[in-house]
Amino acid sequence: MSKGKVMLGMSGGVDSSVAAALLIGQGYEVIGITMQIWPDMDECRRRTEGGCCSLSAVDDARRVANSLGINYYVLNFKDVFQDKVIDYFTNEYLAGRTPNPCIACNRFVKFEALLAKAVSMGMDYIATGHYARIEYDDKAGRYLLKKSVAAGKDQTYVLYTMTQYQLARTLFPIGGFTKDQVRALASEYGLPVASKPDSQEICFVEDNDYGRFIEENTDAEIKPGYFVDRQGNILGRHRGIIHYTIGQRKGLGVSFGKPMYVAEIRPEDNTVVLGDADEVFSAGLVASDPNFISIDELRDEMRVTAKIRYSAKEAPAVIRPLDSGRVEVLFDEPQRAVTPGQAVVFYDGDIVVGGAVIEKSFRQYSK
Amino acid sequence: MSTRSIYLDHAATTPVKPEVLEAMLPWFTENFGNPSTVYSIGRTSKKAIEEARETVARIIGAEPREIFFTGSGTEADNWAIKGAAYANMKKGKHIITTSIEHHAVLHTCQYLESEGFEVTYLPVDEYGLVSPEQVEAAIRPDTILISVMFANNEIGTIQPIAEIGKIAREKGICFHTDAVQAMGSIRVNVSDLNVDMLSMSAHKFYGPKGVGALYIRKGVKLTSFMHGGAQERGRRASTENVPGIVGLAKALELADKNMDEHNKKLIALRDRTIAEIEEKIPYVRLNGHREKRLPGNVNFSFEFIEGESLLLMLDLKGIAASSGSACTSGSLDPSHVLLAIGLPHERAHGSLRLTFGDGNTDEDVDCLMEVLPGIVERLREMSPLYEEVRSRKKD
Repeated sequence: MSKGKVMLGMSGGVDSSVAAALLIGQGYEVIGITMQIWPDMDECRRRTEGGCCSLSAVDDARRVANSLGINYYVLNFKDVFQDKVIDYFTNEYLAGRTPNPCIACNRFVKFEALLAKAVSMGMDYIATGHYARIEYDDKAGRYLLKKSVAAGKDQTYVLYTMTQYQLARTLFPIGGFTKDQVRALASEYGLPVASKPDSQEICFVEDNDYGRFIEENTDAEIKPGYFVDRQGNILGRHRGIIHYTIGQRKGLGVSFGKPMYVAEIRPEDNTVVLGDADEVFSAGLVASDPNFISIDELRDEMRVTAKIRYSAKEAPAVIRPLDSGRVEVLFDEPQRAVTPGQAVVFYDGDIVVGGAVIEKSFRQYSK
Repeated sequence: MSTRSIYLDHAATTPVKPEVLEAMLPWFTENFGNPSTVYSIGRTSKKAIEEARETVARIIGAEPREIFFTGSGTEADNWAIKGAAYANMKKGKHIITTSIEHHAVLHTCQYLESEGFEVTYLPVDEYGLVSPEQVEAAIRPDTILISVMFANNEIGTIQPIAEIGKIAREKGICFHTDAVQAMGSIRVNVSDLNVDMLSMSAHKFYGPKGVGALYIRKGVKLTSFMHGGAQERGRRASTENVPGIVGLAKALELADKNMDEHNKKLIALRDRTIAEIEEKIPYVRLNGHREKRLPGNVNFSFEFIEGESLLLMLDLKGIAASSGSACTSGSLDPSHVLLAIGLPHERAHGSLRLTFGDGNTDEDVDCLMEVLPGIVERLREMSPLYEEVRSRKKD
């Protein structure tokens, strides 16, 4: 008897391929799909490894699906990807913020559009090769999102937007394995992908040159402007605000006789504020558009550890609700390079409490 | 889940008929000689090719020397269009075609545009028909080629080829038709139709893949497509695909012989399917012309759903169908043909093409109609738009 029908997102990489084999072993009926996200095939052909829909990904995923004997399809998600990921990515940079496109892709493309399609086709679940775990907590009556057991591979940061509806219909088959175990499983299952390297960069930006990507994807003019200090003194010329992110030191193109960092980006007057090392530390931040997973709502202060970017270490903090759904985060110790547009994700040990989008940081806390 | 599989995509390709395969087999093994050689076994191969050429010529009303075998229908289209364009570029650089051609023609024309040629893409009406008057009106002093497909691969609409041929002949302009979908379903006589070039592909009429033919009227100037040998009168070099060519001719011969019976059967299946879909499923639209239509072609748009999900669910039930041409279904973009007949973007996404063939029976239609209404309803249940329409109806 089948445990249910699963639509599995396959990239051709080792993680989703092992996920497929594990699901089959667990008795699920699996359909493999790859999401095509590029406007046209020529564009797709130009891209190399890593993109969800690059031709090599499709070829690899198809090969894996064939070797496992499961149905495999390429599904079109171009419109929603353009709208919710690429346009968002471009607009955030133009607004002087630093977006996280993987979070947007998970939220709107995978766990919204793909899930809706799967449900409409009579599937019970969707599955992906993410390093994260989903557990049902009887006591709380809620689905919990928990970190992967793989140290350094955990991907819960990019999954914090998941709702109870989505968690109830999602499987993360490799969340309980380390990367080494996953690679070993791939060899054991004889999957043709075992030696593929991990993908790291933003999947739709070629050569990681996001500045050029934005210029190609917008009609807005990217205007050079001034580097200034906190007092408003002009320090030099910058190439356009899209080229900078908070805490950046390299690539400013000007030398100042001492290390200078991007402390703030001001789209309203097209300036980039530079400061020395201690000027990029923040005591706290305000975040918007929160989603909570282990709790239904943040009513009081809560002690958590907070992660302010994918690669950041969690820092002890207290979160408390503000008006209109915003959340204030106060760190025990000041944090470096708190960046508007990035997500802040809250943890209680292994459990994801929730997360939100960073709107602004503040250097000193005044009650 | 049913294990029965039903093939309803004969416009994509067809199975090779047993008689065709049988005719081909000796040319793989015992009669393997290269047709360009002088000795007996080579001459046997040469003879087989020439007999095949005569068969094809006889069926389409041409002379054997006007038939050139190619590697595919796409190659025949490429050769016809590029060959005529380059051979006549001193005379002019204007080409007329339609907006609903197969990509083998469209993309070739787009390539020629990048080479400095000018192309007029004629619009079609809501049924996908090109008007001969529009063709005539588009002709300019520098027009060197008109290319209009015989029958459309997606919606099955059959074009007024004879009328267009008459105009082209009167104006002295070379006229090519991509007859890849028409061959085997429509009797074609190149003299009556005033066609100067015609492309065909064996695997669309129960022949093998990897072989096609181009009819080139005597006197039509065309540059050679492949260089490197004297095959096909020096115009399409490469060692001939002898089994393929034999198979193409045999398949065309059988198709020609059985055409009336075959078409009668397909039209019955087609019309029954169209009637039942229109009767059992609300919010559908038949794409293409009701009468001027290929015998096996059914193409519907289903409002509120995506063709993509529909195809997948049919596949999971063992039914092979398609949403457009096989060559583009990998990308699942809205079909250029459906957009050209005026369908809005979202409805062009929700189309289904069913193409019947030899092996299909009434039971296949029974099976299809058993699952199709349910699948459509299930997919529509997820559509907020459909919900709105339904609740409005109840009020």
